[in-house]
Amino acid sequence: MSDTRSMTMRDAFFDRLLEAMRQHENIFIVTDDFGAPALDKIRSEFGDRFINVGIAEQSAVNVATGLAIEGFTTYAFGIAGFMSMRCYEQIRTNLSMAAQVRPLNVNIVGVGAGLSYDLSGPSHHCLEDITLMRLLPHLEVFSPSDWALAARVAERSLHSHRPKYIRLDSKPVTNLYQDGAPADLEDGFCELAHGGDTCVVATGFMTQVSQRALAQSAGRAGLVDVFAFRPLNEDRLFRTLEKYRRVVTVEEGFLNRGGLDSMIVGLLARHDARIAVRALGVNDHYLFEVGNRAHLHQLCGIDERGILQAIAAPAA
Amino acid sequence: MANDVKEIADAALLARLKEKAAWVRRETLKIHGIAPETRIASSLSAVEVLATLYYGGWLRFDPRQPQWEGRDRFIASKGHGCIALYPILADLGFIGREELATVCKPGSRLGGIPDMQIPGIETTNGSLGHGLGVACGIAVGLRQKRSDARVYVVCGDGELCEGSIWEAVMFAGQQGLSNLTLIVDYNGISMLDYCRNIINLEPLDRKLREFQWDAVTVDGHDLGAVHRALADGRQSSTSRPQAIVARTVKGKGVPSLESDVLCHVKTLNAQQVAEAVGRLS
Repeated sequence: MSDTRSMTMRDAFFDRLLEAMRQHENIFIVTDDFGAPALDKIRSEFGDRFINVGIAEQSAVNVATGLAIEGFTTYAFGIAGFMSMRCYEQIRTNLSMAAQVRPLNVNIVGVGAGLSYDLSGPSHHCLEDITLMRLLPHLEVFSPSDWALAARVAERSLHSHRPKYIRLDSKPVTNLYQDGAPADLEDGFCELAHGGDTCVVATGFMTQVSQRALAQSAGRAGLVDVFAFRPLNEDRLFRTLEKYRRVVTVEEGFLNRGGLDSMIVGLLARHDARIAVRALGVNDHYLFEVGNRAHLHQLCGIDERGILQAIAAPAA
Repeated sequence: MANDVKEIADAALLARLKEKAAWVRRETLKIHGIAPETRIASSLSAVEVLATLYYGGWLRFDPRQPQWEGRDRFIASKGHGCIALYPILADLGFIGREELATVCKPGSRLGGIPDMQIPGIETTNGSLGHGLGVACGIAVGLRQKRSDARVYVVCGDGELCEGSIWEAVMFAGQQGLSNLTLIVDYNGISMLDYCRNIINLEPLDRKLREFQWDAVTVDGHDLGAVHRALADGRQSSTSRPQAIVARTVKGKGVPSLESDVLCHVKTLNAQQVAEAVGRLS
């Protein structure tokens, strides 16, 4: 049985790290003055390995990098939009570039993926991070869809000595996966549901929304959760998708700008696949209109209704 | 008597440093002669600082084991200006002397900016403003490991306009990173103008002290002064990071560069290099 509790990904993630810190002395948490209940436990128990650099993302990444050069496993933690963009060049030069020459276990952990911070407005929306991070060579990119998966990503992060960007939702979520699934995180994706001639491909919180939509579609569509962009077993993903005639991609990200939709379109093109793709996401504009996440999803056509309509639409 | 011995030893060391610095300056010019893409003026201002670090006994290293755990870490944050490192690395055996003829040539590992694929180079350099922050993380890591190794960083003064430098300055002071030494190659010129006309950093040592650093200003071409400042840092009993503001001359040793505010992007041709080397010989 899977754990049916509702929990934030960040608490699941840091609870796993807390256990690891009790066993291993080589783990440091570096925060840009951003907290979490689970982080409070780490701060109180391991004050010497919890560093608050202040509101300074460049410093957070640089300090985490220096510690990793000395062999420590580090987690630079903050809001996803700022951890991925304010210090992008630090990530590029000191992590992506350096990882080509030497192992570096630096984990950039961003909370607030996509439209998590709905009411905080466009400065806190994070619609660009997947594009930016998957661009960088050697950087592993994780976008888990539930908290149990976030905890497994935390477990895996302890053993992979490559830099990583891990985007977490800020809202409590329930688990999509049954115990033991997905079987292999190295695949980067999992087919959560089979059926029909259309496959919905989603990432992060949108996999949750997509699953709710599919519950109303009477088995007319399958569902693939892309929880990592590197590692990603592209051959296996293609073999999964080639069973379908249509793919609908769903993301809280800009359309046709290098995110999930671009990854899928590129994959299908490389295989000369005759599979139609319909991309759902945010169409080249920021969302200044105030509203909760459901409202913003409705504005962008990525709510359950929008997903169901895309599934029902005939192939072009 | 003991003082006499020390003075003789110091005099011998200074003579050696002087000889090495002069050689490094000539070799740096020769590298520029075959690789005009290199930033010669910026490299020449740092020669005495680099020579004192590597030949003065302050930087611990083992060329046979560049990643030796007990080494002091050296970060060339002002990557453009660190071509002067190449002859030093070759002289000490980190790289082959014959490699000096390959700088910026196809297939060489020695580019216009020293990077971490080169033995003895710790980080990817050239993008300014990164080195001090990474050095802070290294310093925290060394402290956690209870290592007595130090971290030395060379930044340019133009580089200090980067906001990330000041994030690191504040962090190092707050954390009391007494195993960290920042050396500012304070040559007073950025790319387009004198630093004082762009962002005036004066008085830099006082600013750093306000951020909980120990800071001294020295003549960065005075080998004895640089040597003493490094000694003070190594022997300091405070819990503060140490900064040495090394006042230098951009293009030091080449009059046509020394007098030109735009010398950062100035290139010497083969004849000018030969003349400069001849004068310095």
